[in-house]
Parts: sequence; C-alpha cells; structure tokens
Amino acid sequence: MPLIVGLMNLVVPLQIGARDVAFPFLNSLSFWLFVVGAMLVNASLFVGEFAATGWLAYPPLSGLEYSPWVGVDYWLWALQISGIGTLLSGVNFFVTIIRMRAPGMTLMKMPVFTWTSLCANVLIILAFPILTVTITLLTLDRYLGTAFFTNDLGGNQMMYVNLIWAWGHPEVYILILPAFGIFSEVTATFSRKRLFGYTSLVYATACIMFLSFIVWLHHFFTMGAGASVNAFFGIATMIISIPTGVKIFNWLFTMYKGRVRFDSPMWWTAAFLITFTIGGMTGVMLAIPAANFVLHNSLFLVAHFHNVIIGGALFGYFAGLTYWFPKATGFKLDETLGKWACALWTVGFFLAFMPLYVLGFMGMTRRLNYYDNPVWNDWLLVSGFGALVVLLAICVQFYQIFASIRDRNKNLDLTGDPWDARTLEWSTSSPPPFYNFARTPDVRDRDQFDYLKRHGLAFKQPEQYSRIHMPKNTWAGIVIAVFSGVMGFGFVWHIWWMVIASTLAMLVALLVYNFQKSKDYYVEVEEIEAIEDAHFARVEAAMTSSKNERSEYSVRRRGTPLSMPA
Amino acid sequence: MIKACSRIALLLSLLLLGGCDYLLFDPKGPIAQEQMWLIIVSFAVMLIVVIPVFFMTFLFSIKYRDKESTAEYLPDWEHSNKIEAVVWTVPLLIILVLGVITYKTSFSLDPRQALNSDQPTMRIQVVAMDWKWLFIYPEQEIATVNEFAMPINQPVEFLVTSDTVMNSFFVPQLGSMIYAMAGMENQLNLLADQPGEFRGLSANYSGFGFSGMKFKALAKTNSEFTDWVDQVKARPRVLDADAFEQLSIKTKDHPVEYFSSVHPLLFNRIIEKYTGVQNGQ
Repeated sequence: MPLIVGLMNLVVPLQIGARDVAFPFLNSLSFWLFVVGAMLVNASLFVGEFAATGWLAYPPLSGLEYSPWVGVDYWLWALQISGIGTLLSGVNFFVTIIRMRAPGMTLMKMPVFTWTSLCANVLIILAFPILTVTITLLTLDRYLGTAFFTNDLGGNQMMYVNLIWAWGHPEVYILILPAFGIFSEVTATFSRKRLFGYTSLVYATACIMFLSFIVWLHHFFTMGAGASVNAFFGIATMIISIPTGVKIFNWLFTMYKGRVRFDSPMWWTAAFLITFTIGGMTGVMLAIPAANFVLHNSLFLVAHFHNVIIGGALFGYFAGLTYWFPKATGFKLDETLGKWACALWTVGFFLAFMPLYVLGFMGMTRRLNYYDNPVWNDWLLVSGFGALVVLLAICVQFYQIFASIRDRNKNLDLTGDPWDARTLEWSTSSPPPFYNFARTPDVRDRDQFDYLKRHGLAFKQPEQYSRIHMPKNTWAGIVIAVFSGVMGFGFVWHIWWMVIASTLAMLVALLVYNFQKSKDYYVEVEEIEAIEDAHFARVEAAMTSSKNERSEYSVRRRGTPLSMPA
Repeated sequence: MIKACSRIALLLSLLLLGGCDYLLFDPKGPIAQEQMWLIIVSFAVMLIVVIPVFFMTFLFSIKYRDKESTAEYLPDWEHSNKIEAVVWTVPLLIILVLGVITYKTSFSLDPRQALNSDQPTMRIQVVAMDWKWLFIYPEQEIATVNEFAMPINQPVEFLVTSDTVMNSFFVPQLGSMIYAMAGMENQLNLLADQPGEFRGLSANYSGFGFSGMKFKALAKTNSEFTDWVDQVKARPRVLDADAFEQLSIKTKDHPVEYFSSVHPLLFNRIIEKYTGVQNGQ
C-alpha cells in the first residue's frame, strides 16, 4: 500500500502532465501520517507488546475483556493515524486527476495507470471513512467502556465483522487495481504496441470498483447468514471475475502481434499472468458459499489470498518499481539481478503456496502455532523451503538496489526514456525537474509520447519558456504528523497530559501554517532555461554518441513505425 | 456428462493426492460429499478459461519475442469486436453456470437446512470455551468435553454457541463449519454415513490456546452409540455449577472429559448470560 501510493505520487502527475498534486501540503501531511503510523505499530514490538488478535482484530477477542494489554491499542492508533493519512491522499489524488490533466487529455485519453489510480482513490475515499468509524467504535469500547461490539450489554460482534470487511474488501481492490494499471503500461511498452481494448479495460476497472462494495460478506459466509444472503454475495463475488478475466485477455492480446521485449518488468508481467490466474480460479471456488463452508479459514484460503496479493499486487509493484525506477533516480536497476529476483520469487512462491492449497484439503487451519498431525509434515517442509527461496529472492533484490546504485554510471538514463515507452512521464528528464514539465504538454493521443516520437516531435527543445508557479516547501506536514504520533502513544499508555499537549500542539501548528502569507513562489525563466538546456545537451550527447549506438539509448528513439508492415 | 467428467476428475485427483490424509476428499457424510463434488466441478469448469490463458501466455511470449522474428507485427492494432465478444462472453457463460450451481447449493447445503431422513433428528449442543469444546446432549442429559459421538445415518442438528470469543466449529470429513458466537445460537445439520473417528477443530483464531482446540468426532452404529452413552452415564462426575466453573478456567490442550449428568437448561443459560435475558424473561 505505501509502495503503491509512492508510485502514484511519482507517476500520476507526470502521466497527466501536471506540475504536482493538487494539494502539496496535504500530500506531505499524508505521507508523514503514514510514517508515524508505521513507526507506532513497530514501536509496539519494543515498548509493550504486539497485538495478537489477527489482521483485523475481531472483537470480542480484541475487546478489553479478552485482550486487556496495550497491543490492540497500538494497532488501533497506528491504523487510525495512517488511515487518515490514506484518506487525505485519496482526496488529493482524486482532485489531481480530475482537475489537473494537461489540455487535450480527456478522460478516455488518460493512461491506464492513471485510470486505475483514479478508481483506487475513489475506493479510498468511500472505504476509509468506514475504517475510521469502525476502529473509533472499537476504541470507545476499550477506552470508555461502551458496548458496540462486546459479548454482553447488547453489543454485537457481527456488526464489527461486517463493518471491517465493508472497508476490508474494497481495500484489497485498492491494492490490486493500480497493479493492473502497471501491467497495462508495461505490456504495451514492452510489446511495442498500443494497448489492446483500452475502452474495455477502463470499463472493466470501473466495474470492479463498483462491485468491490457489494461483496464484503464473502469473508464470513460461515457466520450463519441465510441461504439467500449467501447466494447473493457469492454470485456478486463471482461476477468480479468476469471483468478481471477480460483484463487478462486484454494483456495477452496486447502481446499478440507485438514485438515483445523481455526486460525485467515484462518478466514480472509474465509471472503475474500465470500466478494470478490460479489465484483468481481459487477465489471463485471460495466464492461458492457451500464450498466455502469447508475451505474457509483453512490454508486453502491463505494460499488463495497470497496468490492474488503476491502474484497479483506485489509482482505488479515490483514491475512498476523496476519500470519507473529510472524515472525517479536517473538510472536503471540492474537487469540481470532483476531477472534473477523475478525467477526466484516465482519459483519460491509456487513452492511456498501451492502446498498450502493441498494442506487446506487436508483440513489444516490457519494461525496454528503448533500441530500434532504428522501427515502435514511433508507439505509444510516443501512450503518452508519455498519461503527460503523467497527470502533468497528478497536478498537478491536488496543486492540489486545496492549494486545498481554502485554501478549507476553504467545504467544512466540520459534521455528520460530508457524503455522506449509511450506515455507522457517519459517525455521529461530522469529524474524530472522539480516543476516536472517546463511547458505544459498539449495532448493529442492516448500514447502521447509515442505519438510525438513517431511524428518526430519528441526531444525538441521549445523556443522559449515562461515562469512557473510553484508551492514552497513546508515544515508543517512532518510537525503535525509527529505530534499525532505522540498523541497516539499517549493514548496507548493512557498518559493523558501527553494526549492533551500533543493535540494542542497539532492545532497550533495547523493554525500557524494556515496563517502564513506566502506559500508559493515563481520559478524564473533563467533558472528553467539553465535546467532545460542541460537536459537537452545530455539528450543530444546520448543520441549522437557512437558508444551508445547499439544500446537502448540511441537507435530506436523513433517510437513505433508509422506505416504498418504488411 | 458432468457426473462422468467429475468422476474422472475425482479419480485423477485421488491418484495425485493418494489417500485418506486429504480429509476434504475423504468425506464421511452426504454434506461433505456434495461439497467435495462442488469443489471438483467448479475447478473443472474454470479450467475452460485457465488452460487457454496458460497456453496463450507461453505461446505469445515465445512467438512474438523481439528477435528477428517473422511473426506479424501490428503496432496500431488495438481493437477487435470479435475478440472482445469472446473474452467477455466466455467468462460470462462460465460464471452463469457457476452462478446457477452457487444459487442451488446455497439452499441445498444451507447449514440450517434439516436433512431428509426417516430417522428422527438428534440434537447436540456445542459450546466453544477457552480453549476447549463442550458438548451437551439435551436428550440423554450427558455432557462431554473435546469428544462427541453420534449415531450413523441419523441426522444431527448441532446448536452452536460460545462462552468466550468467536470460534468456528468444524469437522472436515462431515462437511460445513459454522461460527460459534456468544449470546447467539447457530444451527448446523450434519450426517455421518460411515462409522469412524474424525478430527474436529476450531477454524477461527481465538487466542493463545487456539492451536490445541481440537476434538474427536466419533460416528458409531446405533448399538455402539447406546453403549457409549451408557458408559458416559456411568462416570462419577456431573456437570454442576462447580464443575462448570472449573471448566471455564482458561486451559490449553484440554483432555477429554465425560459428565454423567448435566442441567438440561445449561446451554440456554450460557446464551442468556450475554443477552441480559434470564430464564426466558
């Protein structure tokens, strides 16, 4: 989740030709709120204890009566703070995408990653308030002795389970939709071809966005709802697999009659197509309530959701990270190590999680910390070995980052377009200047940068520049977030003076920031000219340098051919 | 046709899996059996999409690789009504088929649905405790911990509640699980058609002793079952208030216990404790 919001931060403004997000201060605040939330939950490993109530802390187990310790409080406040950060981000990106697109970029000309980000942010805006309220109610139960979700006094635990999944299910689509966007960008770029079925991909995304709100009950078919309720939610869940299946075919038909280059982002995509399809299939099996009655909470379920979260979302993030890394830093990640990492991840993934499906059939449930059934041993050993392979893959990835930074001069991206890609973010330098684009682009085509390259309009320096309006850097985001963390810590340990003091400090910081007069400034033409001249000199050098003739950097800067070969 | 296909699929899966360790493929009652078929059939139907996806992934990756390939290259080809029609229709049809199956089985395999049988339905009350299972036989007026017996070929209605946090009552070889929640009663109808000893467990995380929250489910012939009840009735301990208090203490890996008598309203009282209603008032 933080990884994907980071990628959105980098990519979305560039893809739509914007200078920054709509509310830069809010963006900084959201980021620091997330950091503070993450620190708070990690602090519980050192000070106090970690929550032992599972991912979603179902009451009454997470209630005061059964978990009187601070673990759940840490979980609550960490999730509350970072959840509010996420909600603010959602609003920010939604406004950015709706309001700040470059002239000419109609909604149906937006790159697919921007589309899926838009849908993910709509989900954030609609789902995160539910999370905020749900954990507030649980907090009230724990702090003020209310009885929303308790066993007695009229509380109802089923209400919590419904509410948390009414957030939790859209949440998994918040994770996966941007990954779908990444695969769309990667497949089109590396197949050197327009994306197949853009319109149907967009509609499929919108379908999934809508449907993700009416399927939450499939997380607890076994709670005892009636047959008609279960049937409704089961069928609604299955319907999601239709647009998802369409997407898979769209990517496949993008490769069809293309010229597919297997750089490492494309490796991740191929691995994804196989693993995610398996995950989707087992998902549909779980969606049948009567089958769910024997598969629920078993390792089959665990295998399924790792199958879609790792094989779907995580592989997508890795593809996106490799793909956009040069845009952010100015140099590519080491390709050989990247391919090794992908191969090890895929092999490790299959070794680790396929046995879990089998163990599910053997009646093994999740969250056991010991077991006495020797027939599970063999499969658990295979799975444990797979986990080691995944660990090795992670080590390779760390080494990849280290080695790539060490040898960055070998992998420099001088043109800003290391993959011969198609969308706007590649038309500016790598890393982009702080104002992103010296002149706001005028968008003609869905694959705008490919269009420019094909018509010989790319890499041309404009005649003149005008000054650019930019926001100033501000201290306010980090300060407010840090005080929110202190407040959370105070709440966890019931240190009331700390809670009051830090709440006041947050308010004061917000007021001081809001009464500041100058929050923005203009970048003067001379400064822009200097930056842009340097960039175009590098491009020129890279294009003409004989040393680079055979590499990616020179020959094929012309986009896809204009006339179709017969 | 589907029956024949699924028989072959079952044979294959049995060959692959090889034996009775695979509890879900070794059903001991009609509910579990239907659920096994449901898993196999839905799996088989989805292969209609999954296999072509695998095939196309490999084929397109190899055929259209950016080598000195002679394969056709159409950089501007981005739409085809025919392909769109196929990729929307095929998944739609599959989901239509699975949707019908889902709708039917949601009703026929509803845990609350009483089972058709010429035998009268027996009731067993189930209480999840920290961290053990209490079984109360209201008709026989006996109680057991972490073990229950049921006669074969006689439908049993389990009435499930919890005296603690949420748990899930599950005997994989008999079929469906159901959540156990305090203050509420869930019904689960099961039937065993073969004698045997089956593993039972809690399938919802309930705290530190969760891993040891297992029980034995014994399916017995009528006469064996009567013997078993008589044996329990001959035990010295009774489940009175003191014994229940003793049982409420949190324990891990609790041993099997037998109680020769129990108050017939104990189960209702456990539920009423959380609803604020006492003795039906």
